[in-house]
Amino acid sequence: MTDYRQIFASLKRSALIPFFVLGDPDSATSLELIKTAIDAGADILELGIPFSDPIADGPTIQKADLRALAKKITPAQALDLIAQATRYKPIPVGLLVYYNLVVQYGREKFFRDFKSAGGCSVLVADLSIDDADEIAPAAKAAGLDTVFMATPNTSDDRLQRIADMTTGFLYTVSTLGVTGARDTVSDLIEPLIRRIKAITKVPVCVGFGISNARQARQVADAGADGVIIGSAIVKIIEQNLDNRPKMRSEVRQFIAEIRKALE
Amino acid sequence: MKHKGRFGTFGGFYVPEVLIPALEEIEAAFDRYSTDPRFISELDDLYRNYAGRPTPLYHARRFSQQVGFQVYIKREDLLHGGAHKVNNTLGQGLLAQYMGKTKLIAETGAGQHGLATAMIGALFGMETKIFMGVTDVRRQNVNVHKMRLCGAEVVSVSGGTGTLKDAINDALRYWTAHVQDTFYLFGTAGGPHPYPTIVKHFQKPIGVEARAQCLSQFGRLPDVVTACVGGGSNAIGIFSGFVNDPQVRIVGVEGGGKGLATGQHCATLTVGTVGVLHGAQTYILQDENGQIHETECISAGLDYPGVGPEHAWLKDTGRVEYLCVEDEAVLDAFEWFTRTEGILPALESSHALAWVMRQKGKLSPDTVVLVNLSGRGDKDIGIVEEHRPLKEMPA
Repeated sequence: MTDYRQIFASLKRSALIPFFVLGDPDSATSLELIKTAIDAGADILELGIPFSDPIADGPTIQKADLRALAKKITPAQALDLIAQATRYKPIPVGLLVYYNLVVQYGREKFFRDFKSAGGCSVLVADLSIDDADEIAPAAKAAGLDTVFMATPNTSDDRLQRIADMTTGFLYTVSTLGVTGARDTVSDLIEPLIRRIKAITKVPVCVGFGISNARQARQVADAGADGVIIGSAIVKIIEQNLDNRPKMRSEVRQFIAEIRKALE
Repeated sequence: MKHKGRFGTFGGFYVPEVLIPALEEIEAAFDRYSTDPRFISELDDLYRNYAGRPTPLYHARRFSQQVGFQVYIKREDLLHGGAHKVNNTLGQGLLAQYMGKTKLIAETGAGQHGLATAMIGALFGMETKIFMGVTDVRRQNVNVHKMRLCGAEVVSVSGGTGTLKDAINDALRYWTAHVQDTFYLFGTAGGPHPYPTIVKHFQKPIGVEARAQCLSQFGRLPDVVTACVGGGSNAIGIFSGFVNDPQVRIVGVEGGGKGLATGQHCATLTVGTVGVLHGAQTYILQDENGQIHETECISAGLDYPGVGPEHAWLKDTGRVEYLCVEDEAVLDAFEWFTRTEGILPALESSHALAWVMRQKGKLSPDTVVLVNLSGRGDKDIGIVEEHRPLKEMPA
């Protein structure tokens, strides 16, 4: 298991957690972008395996999934990209995956292979704590932490159960809805972080809808242990598909900016 | 959740956490109101006087002569809106009313469920949004027009192949952001719990009526019951009346599209494998990595790579046989049924009729086959004309 609590404590600030869809826009570029993010100051990586029907994701990440799938990337190749990234530099990696991909790969083998690629924690986007027993034993046996989501409409007693099932960090959704960059950070986030902190010591990371340095700072000030930024980065990729050097330099610059805001 | 929503190992509720409270709320409301005498009598009144229940059971004599055995038709095509879909939209719409929700959303393939939802939105004065794949918007434009006349907004979904699967994806995403005032009126017997149970409950009158009508009209149960299966709501409705009668053979007919060998079909139970899609563990059409296949079928209403989890269970237990027929056979059945009976069957329902035609010479003359005619074919005239222009038909 990874000592996430130790990682967050040693930072003495909110962790910067960029999200990428593995293989977007192609495997080689994807790896370069992930290395760029590491060099630009990412503390932890959240990486997603592309799926044909990503119901928890908004249009930006859906399109990234389809770009990667158009290049025929398989879950096995996606795990291999993770291995290459962690060989480049040791960094904690959380995985975001849709359940059907895990089921078809074979649960035990999937978690074992992700662990050997250097992975630390796994979040199955469409699997709630009610069915946690379908993955938790296999994930634990492989030495992986299990991450679950908490949302603004999660009841108090359910929040407690979610916190109890979570061993890595709680992935807290800042707003009702799917992933996607938004203009303002939801005012639901601060009360939610407070509610979570009152019942658990598990670190709290916030994602969905954080799209610039100011918002990242806001979420950090609200008490988040980590700030997950996905769609805003994926959007940079989408906007620079015909110019790879510019894509990389903009991703680098964007991540460095956020990092600075979190210092 | 109070219940697991499982049919054997199938079903469940595999959804992002944000949707769990909404599903719990619907489950609790369904548990409470589905046994509430006021709800039951209100729904019964709507079934009778708004939708037109009970629907007739009709002995299709000329079609029976053609195939050489007795074919009885459950006339769901005569319902308001032209299909069985209104059974479910009235039930869930009333449930949404009892829950105090003010907005409805729904996905639709052929547009029948979208239309049935738009009708109920108008009936109850609820703001209604229908998600429909861009391909389906094109091939079912008459239904799109009707939905708009009822006051619904039709959201054209361009992701994926622009069919039912993509409409469900986007409806789920929209619901995620609007769970507090919006009721997702799910159209088929699939999706996350409690939908498969709820949809079956509201479609059950088909089977209950048909069974009683068989007994009163010809004094015994049918030998065979058949229906088309896409997501499987009309099928689960009629099958539920007969699953506990072991002497009744039950056959579900899927869309064979251009043929299984071409990969262009939607025969989920016939050739699919077990996986998780749209909240349920069930049979799905997928590649070896678990990416969902695009499907193809002449009837938009069956064009879906998943199937209701109870059908998956009925397949595995062997209680129901599932098989498929190809587009060409479906068009033959559409033409023959229309010519012999003067009834235009929906292309979806024509799948069941195509299987019945294929039994010619295999069943004895006194065999009774009950077909659920889930909808009328007016909406499909353009598609039929494209494939079989009238001037080419034999005089």
